[in-house]
Amino acid sequence: MFATAVILFREVLEASLIIAIVLGASRGIHQRGRWVLAGVGTGLLGASLVALLASTASEYFSGDSQALLNAFILLMAVSMLTWHNVWMATHARELRAELTAVGTDVQEGSRPLTALMVITALAVMREGSEAVLFVWAIAAGGGQAVEMSMGAAAGVATGVLAGVLLYLGLLRIPVRHFFSVTSWMILFLAAGLSAQAAGFLNQAGLLPSLGNSIWNTSQWLDQSSALGQLLHIFVGYIATPSGIQVLFYLGTLALILVLMYRGRIKNLFFGYLSAS
Amino acid sequence: MICLKEPHSIRMQLLYMIMIIIYNILMVLKSVLLIKGICMIRPLLVFSALTLLVGAPLLAQAETVQTITIHDKQFDPRETSIPSDTKVKLIIKNQDSFPVEFESRELSREVIVPAHGEISVFVGPLENGRYPFFNDFNHNMTGTIVAAPEKK
Repeated sequence: MFATAVILFREVLEASLIIAIVLGASRGIHQRGRWVLAGVGTGLLGASLVALLASTASEYFSGDSQALLNAFILLMAVSMLTWHNVWMATHARELRAELTAVGTDVQEGSRPLTALMVITALAVMREGSEAVLFVWAIAAGGGQAVEMSMGAAAGVATGVLAGVLLYLGLLRIPVRHFFSVTSWMILFLAAGLSAQAAGFLNQAGLLPSLGNSIWNTSQWLDQSSALGQLLHIFVGYIATPSGIQVLFYLGTLALILVLMYRGRIKNLFFGYLSAS
Repeated sequence: MICLKEPHSIRMQLLYMIMIIIYNILMVLKSVLLIKGICMIRPLLVFSALTLLVGAPLLAQAETVQTITIHDKQFDPRETSIPSDTKVKLIIKNQDSFPVEFESRELSREVIVPAHGEISVFVGPLENGRYPFFNDFNHNMTGTIVAAPEKK
């Protein structure tokens, strides 16, 4: 029972923490709750579909296609997080004003609500499909089914609780700093997911590894330790990263930063040109 | 191209990646800073030619296959030898009625093997050494892949 709880907890934790960060980052945007809920629903549906596919058509669902699906999901999530951060870079001031209840409504139109829903759905789908497969096996296994489903429920509940705690913790950050904290969190989250995607693309044989492990920090911080796992979720910590993962990580960081500050970069560049 | 005899050489892979990075930086510069007048056709041609030169031998590698079976909540064999510096296809057969997540941080692989299912996953080319793997759904289930030079 305890083992089942731990497995479900680990599967749920990542999705739960990602949703907490995204919920924090989208604070002040109207109706975001409804969109996030829709995302959770869509994600669970998708997770069940993937699990069904994996158990009924396993010969077609080989290592390569699993890896491709994972890479696709992760890269989609990265692009949605990028969009969100770029949008926030220009709208953070309005949202901050609204939170302090002096400003007006954030402009309608291109609010990243769909991005919010898609990120949530993808996070739930990726982690959920493994959880669903596992729970199905318990249900079909008979024997200790009742005890194990109780463990599974406990694991899911603890994972969700962790997300709620993170969200409540985020809300304690002063409004003045709030959006810069969440956008830095999303920046590193996106870079970490991108590095994971690179790992899967390499697994599918689409990208070279550029060295299987560029460095090994397992002795200092084991990736399977509690801190290692948390850092893996938040900033994409990998104890033995391959070259391509490092490249993707740094590339994503640079790309998002350039897109977030493109206005400033352009001013700097052309301002310098016109001054000289 | 002298390096073509060694399609796995990291130097070639690096060269290939550097080309992609330079190309991408150019594209970003072009779109973000709106620098006009950079001719993008020539770099594109160079890029495609390099992709073909490097990619073709990589795709044409011969395939070594190794099978690992899962039964009675254990990997069998616990230790699998594969040739180093070669791409190897691992076939993992699950005869148990529980799904298994074959995972290895050292190999950076993570695949679900459904109950009574079978999947394939590529590893390598690896340097000589031992690469542990485990079942993420049951950490008592472990195994090792040993990469060693091929006997001729």
